[in-house]
Amino acid sequence: MGTSVFTNYEECASVILFVIGMMNLLLQSNLIKKIIGLDIMDASVYLFLAAKGYIEGRHAPIYTDGITDASYYINPVPSGLVLTGIVVSVSVSALMMALTISLYRQYKTLNLDEIMMKLRKQESEEFIALSNKTEGEGSK
Amino acid sequence: MSRKNPDYEGSKWQHFAQWTKGEYDPQKGKLETHPPVKSKKSGTDIKGYLRKMWNENKDLYEEKQEKELSLFEKIYFFVAILLGVFITILLLVTVSHLPRFGDANAPENNEVARRYIEKGLEETGAVNIVACMILDYRAFDTFGESCVLFVAATCVLMLLKSDGKEKKDTESEYVTRRSEILRPAARILVPVIIIFGIYVILNGHLSPGGGFSGGAIIGAGLILYLTAFGFERAGRFLSEKNIRIITVLSLTFYCFAKSYSFYTGANHLESIITPGTPGALLSAGLIVYLNICVGIVVACTMYSFYVAFRRGSF
Repeated sequence: MGTSVFTNYEECASVILFVIGMMNLLLQSNLIKKIIGLDIMDASVYLFLAAKGYIEGRHAPIYTDGITDASYYINPVPSGLVLTGIVVSVSVSALMMALTISLYRQYKTLNLDEIMMKLRKQESEEFIALSNKTEGEGSK
Repeated sequence: MSRKNPDYEGSKWQHFAQWTKGEYDPQKGKLETHPPVKSKKSGTDIKGYLRKMWNENKDLYEEKQEKELSLFEKIYFFVAILLGVFITILLLVTVSHLPRFGDANAPENNEVARRYIEKGLEETGAVNIVACMILDYRAFDTFGESCVLFVAATCVLMLLKSDGKEKKDTESEYVTRRSEILRPAARILVPVIIIFGIYVILNGHLSPGGGFSGGAIIGAGLILYLTAFGFERAGRFLSEKNIRIITVLSLTFYCFAKSYSFYTGANHLESIITPGTPGALLSAGLIVYLNICVGIVVACTMYSFYVAFRRGSF
């Protein structure tokens, strides 16, 4: 066990947010709540990256007064990575929402368990219909 | 003139071609094979039997399934909580071994970040180090991001596209009501929002901001306009076709501009792109133009998302 768990509040918060999002993903049966859980996980990763880029007592990575000394600015790389992550997460959430709407149009419910039950029922009905059909053909 | 093989029918190539089509079997007659035995039980019998069993024992089966399901749910809940606790502990132990928050000597503050900061102004001319990083050193990555946005917008429109029949029934739902507060407010706010978005995009290399944030602001302005004035008025210049054309043109310009820059840079050729005077609006080489492209793509994507989710089509 290291010693910095009591000084790295930002990283601890991001870990807790990550687990909250993951529990949402695992335990909620509502599809919209699952998507919200995934977005919480995304946010926790951004918090972690932003916290890693910070250096105490330094300035935002925008050149001021022509200073090009690396010890004056914080680390710009994690900021760029967060930007990339936000864009991809927006696209992923929009796509998931669209798929959820398609599912809702088909099954009239957002509950994943109910959708699975309806799917099973549909499959077994199709199976019975198929077996009826083949039996009818066999007797001919 | 191509030379014809007189013995083409028996040539190896012909055999190979036939084999790929499934007409010729080189092992035919050479291997021991059993002729396929027809099973006495035909498939229909099994299915009929299953159906009979299903009808007879339906209640029993469903009861058993319900019992299994409730047991599974209990076990699932327990295992999920256990997994959550385990991952929390694992990650907290990992965090406890990380360097202190804000430590300048942490391993991630390595020569990469130092190189970007020390040479960024000289090589790209951008004052904003993040902009110079994502639109110059890592421009290819940003191009991929813009393409991801474009593909996501296309997929969402494809998934939510309502056919004409449905549209007629629900058309009246989407007619915007005349609102006494929304319209005058939008008349004042929309130009301000869009001008602020343009300012954020154009100053992306000088101050915090850039294509992604500015594009999101412009997209918000367009969405406000659509909400206040309805589809008919907004659709005059923001039709699906126009949005597609604008987005694809921006992506193509981005692709060609950056290809030119990569080509000249990799071959040490003279380039017409110069860093310019740092701090001026038209400086930093390609970064301004790439920021504009990214901003257009983001604004169009935001607007298409909203339209797709609200009505299903433009």
